[in-house]
Formats: sequence, structure tokens, C-alpha cells
Amino acid sequence: METLNQIQDQIVNEFILYDDWMDRYQYLIELSNDLPIINPKFKTNEYLINGCQSKVWLNAEFDESKGVIILTADSDAIITKGIIALLVRVLSNRSPEEIMNADLYFIDKIGLKQNLSPTRSNGLLSMIKQIKLYAIAYHAKMNK
Amino acid sequence: MNFNVEEIRKDFPILNKKIYNKPLVYLDNGATTQKPAVVIDRVHQFYSQFNSSIHRGVHYLSEQATEEYEKARKTVQRFINAKHDYEIIFTSGTTGSINGLAFSFGEKYVHKGDEIIITEMEHHANIVPWQMLCERKEAQLKILPFNNKGDLEIEKLNNLISDKTKLISVTYVSNALGTINPVKDIIDLAHKQNIPVLIDGAQAIQHISIDVQELDCDFFVFSGHKMYGPTGIGILYGKENWLENLPPFQGGGDMVDVVTFEKTTFNALPFKFEAGTTNYIGAIGMAEALHYIENTGIHSINKHEEEILGYATHNLEIIGGITMYGTSEKKSSIISFLINGIHQYDAGMVLDKMGIAVRTGTHCAQPVMQHFNIDGTIRVSIGLYNNKSDVDRLCEGIIKVKEMFS
Repeated sequence: METLNQIQDQIVNEFILYDDWMDRYQYLIELSNDLPIINPKFKTNEYLINGCQSKVWLNAEFDESKGVIILTADSDAIITKGIIALLVRVLSNRSPEEIMNADLYFIDKIGLKQNLSPTRSNGLLSMIKQIKLYAIAYHAKMNK
Repeated sequence: MNFNVEEIRKDFPILNKKIYNKPLVYLDNGATTQKPAVVIDRVHQFYSQFNSSIHRGVHYLSEQATEEYEKARKTVQRFINAKHDYEIIFTSGTTGSINGLAFSFGEKYVHKGDEIIITEMEHHANIVPWQMLCERKEAQLKILPFNNKGDLEIEKLNNLISDKTKLISVTYVSNALGTINPVKDIIDLAHKQNIPVLIDGAQAIQHISIDVQELDCDFFVFSGHKMYGPTGIGILYGKENWLENLPPFQGGGDMVDVVTFEKTTFNALPFKFEAGTTNYIGAIGMAEALHYIENTGIHSINKHEEEILGYATHNLEIIGGITMYGTSEKKSSIISFLINGIHQYDAGMVLDKMGIAVRTGTHCAQPVMQHFNIDGTIRVSIGLYNNKSDVDRLCEGIIKVKEMFS
């Protein structure tokens, strides 16, 4: 299995193919369809990360046999959903430690950094924070 | 004077800018307007040649700066036809004006059980300060609703008013729906029962000719940056009688008469409400923006913007598959809509990459979104420099969005 950074590099290489913004968005729209479907029971306020621009639902489960965190998520906005699909591809199925230490450089490299600015308020930045919090919590639980 | 939008556009340097290699189409004027070169130059000139603290020094520069600042006050007075220049208070903006007044008015006149009336279509800046006041004083906030067209249900106002009503605060033009409210009727109705009225003019002052004496409003507030002036400057107009009797909302330098540790007496109007070093350069820049509007002619601006609003509304309807929010007969410069089945954020993201600046979201008016049970809209807001080509580019953008997401 590839490392977290190998996946990030893969994504960067995929996006290099698109020099036009519309093509990049088109690709994100396609990716939004690949996102592992979140169980509808998690699409509640409890799992909602509220942004003023778009909503994100996130569920993180710990697979004890493999020692990895499985992420599922959704958004009401498609471009946000496409970016979530990328984040899930990079961060899901990873150990809590890997997630905690992850430096998500691919977002900047593919030109989507503005989507993670605190003022954008689309839920993505909070989503990453939340994923890292889950990782810290599961990490602490594992080492008890 | 003849209004020529292509000539007007030359006055605004930023309109030459390319965004993602495409000419900028700026349709977010409800959030803030761009600045004409005369305003930018004035601010630059002031910093480079006249800068000095106002109302303080005996020296040449300070006197010059003070004179220009007070001239700016007179310009604002003339622009809204206030009776006296000391009825014009410089603040940080509309939000600053309302917060200040809510505090000041609340301290003096609002007690437990009293009521303040606002409307369902207010910007958060005309909701939250009153909520904070009501919480502080155990008073009650009452809401005048609007109908699905976006018109205030004005016939309900009389029933909402009681002998506990202390103030009515209402927006002239809704920032989320574009409705022009019948503020004169509201003021007249309120005055029959001796209730003062505050008009939030943030979305009106740049589009509609304002005469505060004719309106007979007790307070009128607006921001410089939404009327082609600098940011961080705004106006609180109040009738002399009210301002004389209200306590200051901030303490500090310049607003005082005599200070001892036992007691402080306050300066006269308008200085009583202008504590500390004010944004005097903002005020001077704002006055320049007012000159610019005066020279262009507010009626010409209004006529041009109405034409663009009509053209845009018509063309969006032709595209089809669009739901409009705010369909009042009386609208000004704002179109709020959703492309059916497409999230406003997705639309905004794609439009952005086509060089088209619109706003998406709740526009700081969440109750308006709750009324329609939606999470937000796309808002197109027109300024004096927008032309039909801007609207055509917007429509092309929307067609592209529809292609991408359907």
C-alpha cells in the first residue's frame, strides 16, 4: 500500500494535467461521485461540520483489527464534496499516528488552498481539524 | 448631465484588472463598492501632504486637517440634507453606528418589559445589537414579517406597536432581497405614537436620493465603503434633540469637556460621540466619494442602475431554471437567486474562475434564508459602473455552471 505522501503526490500529478480551472473543477465534480457514501444515519446534526458556505458531514470509525481510521463524509456542495473525496483518499485507512502527523501539502500544490482558508467557511478546514481530533482520540485510546 | 457608463468605468482603476486572465466583472457591490481614482488620490494626497491629528494641535497641519474633516461633515450634511452639521456623527460604519446607538439609546430609554421593533429582513447588524440590548435590559424584540415576494407586511405594524415600543429600526433597502421598503409610511405611523425610527441606509444611500428632513427619520445610518468611499468610516445621523439627550457610547479623548477623577462633563455635539482619534482620513475620503456621486448625479445613477437591474432580471429569467428570492415591485440593485438543483457555493466557485465576482451564502441575513427555508443564495448587486456587458458575462457564466453541474 502506498504511503500517505505517495497518494498526495499521485493527486498532484493528476491535477497537473489540467491547466484550466474549469477542467480542474470538472475533475472534482467527477471525484465527488467516487466518495464512499456516508451512511444516511450519520447525516445528522451530530456529524455536521457547519460552514456558512457549505455543509460537511463526517464520520470516523476505528478498525481495531487493522489499526486504521475509516472516514466517510458528504457535503451539500459538489466542489466541496470533490475536495472531501481527495481528503478521504489521502487520510482514510490510515493509522491515527499517520493522520496526526500528516502534512497535507497537496491542497496547496493543486491550487485549492483558498478553499481551506478560515474565512472561506465551507467546512473543509474544520473537517481536517475534526479528523485530526479523531486521530488524537483514537491514538490515546490505543495507548491506554 | 449625460450619464455615460463607459466613461464612468474609466474612473475606477480596479475595473481594468484581470482575474484568472479574464476581465473582472464586479457584481458584489452590496458587500463593498470599488473606489474611483479621485477617492484613492484624495486619501493618498491627504496622507502625503496634510496628515495630522484633528482637533488637537495648534500647528498648521493640525488646523488644516481639522478644517478638512469638518468640511467633510458639512458635505455629508448636504448630501442627506440634515438640518445641522452637528447632527452628523462619524463612526466606523453602519455596524458601528447601530451598535453605538443601541447602547446609548438603550441605556437611557429602554427598561425591563419595553419593546424594540425590527423587521424579518434586517442585516445581522440591525438584529444583534438590539438583541444584546434586549438581553441587557430584559426588553423584548418584536419582528415585522415580510411576505414571499419580499415585501414587508406593513399592515401588521400597527398591531405590533404597543405603549411599550421604544424604537423601530428598519432597513431602507434589503441587502438580501433588494426590496425598497416604504420607510416614509413606517416613520409617519410610528411618529403618530411618538416612537422614534432608525433607518439603516447602508444599501440605499448609494442608489437613492436621501433627504432625512423629508423622511423625518430620527436616525439614519450608513457606511462609506458601500458608496465608493473608504472602509472603516460611516455615519450616524440623529436629530439634534435626540443626540443632545443621549449619553455618549464611548469615553475617551476629544469627547470631554472637563475631566476630573470625580466627574467628567462631556463635549458638545457632535464631538460627544466621537471619542478618540477618529478615522479622519476615512471621513475626508468619504466626502470625496460624495462629491463624485453628486457630480455624477444620484438620479442619473439610479436610472442607470434600474436599467441594468431590469436587464439582468430579464436575462436571468430567459435562461430559466432559476428561482428568484425577492420579487417586490420596488427593488434596488440587488438580485438574489438560486440555480435550481445547484448549490450556490458551487456556482460561486465557477463564476469566480470566470472572473465574475458575486456573493454566495446568507449575506449576513440568516432570518431571510430561514423564511424561504434555504441555506443561502447567489447575490448579484449592481453599482454605477456595471454595464450590460457585465450582465451578459454573468449570464454566460450561469449557463456554464448549469452545464457543469447538471
